[in-house]
Amino acid sequence: MSLTQALRGRAAKPPPDGSKPLPGWRRYWPMYAAVSPFFLLFAVFGVFPVAFSVYLSFMSWDGIGEMKSVGWENYNYLVTDPDFWQSITNTLIIWVLATIPMIFLALVLAYALHTTVRFKAFYRVAYFLPNVTSIVAMTIVLGSVFSDSSGLLNSALRAISAGEVGWLSDPWAMKISVAAITIWRWLGYNTIICLAGLQAISSDVYEAAKVDGASSRQTFFRITIPMLRPVILFVAITSTIGGLQLFTEPQVMFPDDSGNVGGPGGEATTIVLYLYQQAFIFNRFGYGAAIGWALFLLIAVFSLINWRLIAGRDEDALRAPKAKAKGKGKSRAR
Amino acid sequence: MRAETAARVRTVLGHVMLMFGVLATIFPFYWMFVMASNTTADIFAYPPKLVPGSHLWENMNKVFDEIDFWGSMGLTIVAAVSATFLVLLFDSLAAFAFAKYEFPGRRVLFWIVLATFMIPMQLALVPQFVTLAWLGWVGSLKALIIPGAANAFGIFWMRQYAQGAIADELIHASRVDGAGFFRQWWTVGLPVLRPGLAFLGIFTFFQVWNDYLWPLIVMTDPGKVTLQVAVQQLNGVYTTDQSMVITGALMSVIPLIGVFLIGARHFIANLAAGAMKF
Repeated sequence: MSLTQALRGRAAKPPPDGSKPLPGWRRYWPMYAAVSPFFLLFAVFGVFPVAFSVYLSFMSWDGIGEMKSVGWENYNYLVTDPDFWQSITNTLIIWVLATIPMIFLALVLAYALHTTVRFKAFYRVAYFLPNVTSIVAMTIVLGSVFSDSSGLLNSALRAISAGEVGWLSDPWAMKISVAAITIWRWLGYNTIICLAGLQAISSDVYEAAKVDGASSRQTFFRITIPMLRPVILFVAITSTIGGLQLFTEPQVMFPDDSGNVGGPGGEATTIVLYLYQQAFIFNRFGYGAAIGWALFLLIAVFSLINWRLIAGRDEDALRAPKAKAKGKGKSRAR
Repeated sequence: MRAETAARVRTVLGHVMLMFGVLATIFPFYWMFVMASNTTADIFAYPPKLVPGSHLWENMNKVFDEIDFWGSMGLTIVAAVSATFLVLLFDSLAAFAFAKYEFPGRRVLFWIVLATFMIPMQLALVPQFVTLAWLGWVGSLKALIIPGAANAFGIFWMRQYAQGAIADELIHASRVDGAGFFRQWWTVGLPVLRPGLAFLGIFTFFQVWNDYLWPLIVMTDPGKVTLQVAVQQLNGVYTTDQSMVITGALMSVIPLIGVFLIGARHFIANLAAGAMKF
């Protein structure tokens, strides 16, 4: 706000050197030139492909031969394709298995970090490390830990005489394995985000609660969690968008040279993995484009649900802490 | 007295929980090193070997025999460095203009930048590949560098940064000296934006380095792939020699961990600040 006012104020003043303002084009071309690379690249690699994918989804094309118009056939096939629906179910199950425990754990860890004074910097760095290391490498490592016959996890289970689990072959255990890798990678990131949110809550609020005689449990559920809503919303939306586009973990965890994906029975095939298989292994480009639109629809619907669930309940409660969070972010960036 | 004890217990409990989290976070790294420094027979034995062994060098040589490790590493470095350079150049120019100048359409254009953020680009994976094929870029480094060379996140983030960091007076003074937009960007904007550029640079570098799906699709020449794809090639075809595969994985993350540990504090603080602007 203040910036636009400042800019307006400046525009009204005559140029400091007293010369006449330049005509529009000559005055503004450097700014347009400065912002143009983004718009050029987005036109070529964003707008055009999105528009083209509408067209492509009504075509049958292997990428080399001639395109053939097939009308709604790709979409008709899509709604009856059991493999597609399986990939949706798998993605949603993995997403739930990963996201709900992760947000819960992130809040708990962030709260512990917030109330801790010592070793804070060490914890932050340690927790963040998984997020910057390569998913491919770490999925290989964790995939080996989960290995059915001789992985570390099953060896440990054997050592305590518990039953071994088919982490890479049992339909549910496979999904848990993929979810566990996702949690491992993103927990620290989300913890840091939640911690930033906690730090943005003014201590006055807590003081007031103390004066009113609130217990620490009441403070946590009545003050901390509601004030954190915008941050929880951020975490939920990014986890949703990321979770519904899960690809690398299941692709790397279940390598196969024969064109099958997602491990035994395709039980870990996610939507993007299915899209990849159809489009880039089987060269069904038209069908791949149709799957892309299904994915888009799904992400849009889920982002909306998230929004309604977390932000929509009472918007007034949301607005106040959000404004505060924004101010804090800016001052820190400075 | 009782309250004091309770507080101390709570602090200790907090540390125990946090340390448990750290263990879970760090263990895979330790285990990666254990597996990479032992033979496959050792790590798959029961009970498995739980401490580092002495076969790291041997495993590394096997990796060099199986894949063109240095070639892939070089290609990944070139792609990541070029992409980072272009992102910093284009995003800082755009952010500087959006943050500090008034021009017709500024608001609308910035809204478009924000809106593009919301579109999951996986949606257009197939036509993006087709576009690249038509340009003749499939299999070439351009495919990894150019499409992401100016991104919405960076522009948004740098604009927020520039708004707070660059004083209007500085721009005024520079204009009085007769400097045009680009000169102001170079002499006034960039020096002040340096910490922001450092963050965005590391962020972009990690992103390009770790990207997997896109290089998997566009780098169709099996001899010319990024490090991530090369490591996965190792995993796909030679699954029997697990310790060699893990060694490849280890070798691919060491440069990243190094870069991260150097800039970690600064990087994390900025990332969290960025999320708070959501």
